Amino acid sequence: MKAAAPRTRRGRRSYWPQYLAISPFFVIFGVFGLFPVLFSLYLAFHRWNGLGEMEFVGLDQFRFLVEDSTFWLALRNTFAIWFMSTVPTLCLALVIAAMLNSAVRFTSVYRIAYFVPNITSLVAVAIFFGAVFSTNFGLVNAFLQAVGLPAAEWLTDPLGMKIAVASVMTWQWTGYNAIIYLAGMQAIPSDLYEAAKVDGAGPVQTFFRITVPMLRPIILFTVIVSTVNGLQSFTESQVLFGSNTTLNPNTGGPGQGALTMVLYFYHQAFDNRDFGYGAAIAWAVFLVIVLFAVINWRLVQRRASE
Amino acid sequence: MRTTFLRRLPLHLILLVGVVFSIFPFYWMVVMATNTTSDIYRYPPKLTFGSELATNIVHVFEKIPFFAAMANTAVVAVATTALVLFFDSLAAFSFAKFDFPGRRVLFGLLLGMFMLPAQLALIPQFVIMVKLGWAGQLQALIVPAAANAFGIFWMRQYISRAVPDELLDAARLDGCGFLRQYWHVALPAIRPGLAFLGIYTFIAAWNDYVWPLIVLVDPDRLTLQVALSQLNRSYGQDYSMIMAGALLAVVPLVVVFLLFARGFIADAVKGAIRG
Repeated sequence: MKAAAPRTRRGRRSYWPQYLAISPFFVIFGVFGLFPVLFSLYLAFHRWNGLGEMEFVGLDQFRFLVEDSTFWLALRNTFAIWFMSTVPTLCLALVIAAMLNSAVRFTSVYRIAYFVPNITSLVAVAIFFGAVFSTNFGLVNAFLQAVGLPAAEWLTDPLGMKIAVASVMTWQWTGYNAIIYLAGMQAIPSDLYEAAKVDGAGPVQTFFRITVPMLRPIILFTVIVSTVNGLQSFTESQVLFGSNTTLNPNTGGPGQGALTMVLYFYHQAFDNRDFGYGAAIAWAVFLVIVLFAVINWRLVQRRASE
Repeated sequence: MRTTFLRRLPLHLILLVGVVFSIFPFYWMVVMATNTTSDIYRYPPKLTFGSELATNIVHVFEKIPFFAAMANTAVVAVATTALVLFFDSLAAFSFAKFDFPGRRVLFGLLLGMFMLPAQLALIPQFVIMVKLGWAGQLQALIVPAAANAFGIFWMRQYISRAVPDELLDAARLDGCGFLRQYWHVALPAIRPGLAFLGIYTFIAAWNDYVWPLIVLVDPDRLTLQVALSQLNRSYGQDYSMIMAGALLAVVPLVVVFLLFARGFIADAVKGAIRG
């Protein structure tokens, strides 16, 4: 934080305009943020459908959660999808950024082209990928057929479904992360690269010995952001596999192969109107995210310092 | 010049492959939206634009109240953006340039709010909206989004750099109060920052899905994203029509983005790296 600039002070000043200026945020946050979060903790110890009486059930919701195999399935799915999207996203982003960094020409055109996926409506993108991965008429299977490979049931096979969802995320976030890495790379002092060149290091060696270590804080940042976002993924699965619950009591597609934790939360809370259990799931998701973000932080830091 | 570019040609070719991957979905969306569904269902697939766009769009209009959804989305996005710009910049000005008691604590509190995942608050937020009688109304989308921690944090950084203290001191000596300092000194100096925050907020509001999906309980009053998702759910096999709808939902935003892209990307990166 920067040091406060010198200010003229005429004795005791009243600061009510300043407090008034920051009050809209705190009022809105209090009513629609902080209070709901606390209330959801309260809810997690109750049974409530939103209409009748709230019934205190102690730790029952959490006990049920621990034994709920669907929740554990959602947890495994979420991690699988997160892994299948984050690893290619960040690796590709690093490579693209390194290439952009030495491209010299057309960089602003590249930046715009790589950034566009990130501002595109996730609903539209998910629908689009659904069409591309469609078994009979999708472009992916058409391509596989054209090169003589067997077509796959992308949208009904548990693994295929996860690949479809992870593809949406990878498409949307690779360019964004590449441009963030690029900004980091441009801040690396060029004499480091010149020294490496003098020492006879090739581009690959330079990339792993200088670029990646120098980017450590930014890589750490993107890993944390991808973890937090990835473990909360919802829209991709909901648009592609959030089946009509009046016809199918479950959600997340065939075999619930694309059921993520937040989709399960949504399903329990807003399809089944089980607000108490929904709140318990939301807190469990929060806990998982915090735990996993800390683990990732540690891992990336340790690997970088080795 | 020429020779170094030629030496980098392989690099540009690889980068171009990435560009193709980035842009391809837009192209393919147009291909699907301009052909009939039976053309899409063919092997090998048709790869060129057709002439059925108008027909497909008319089908979208028949299936969902498209213009109403578009109007709702525009109202929400414009109102949210206007409120965010005003409230966030005002609060940021206060945090950046005035040393009022409790400033640090309050700002720290604000930063702490980044950490809370959205779904923790969703059920009670919905209950509140029902109690207020706002469920199904557009204000349920606008009011909770009218001021946010990210915008205040970002604008505060911007204002610390862009608004000179000397100018504020001079204004103060001339007897300008807080609001006039904000209006006459700060606002003119932070226009580019407001442009970024405005576009960012507009895009986020336009694309927002989870909260509208939950709170817009009236099927006659939906936003574009929710309507599009329902269209997909009900008529999932009619790809041409769905893609025409998706295209209509995506194009306005891509145009807005392309108009401001250069400065926007630079500011987005700054925001991300500091945040």
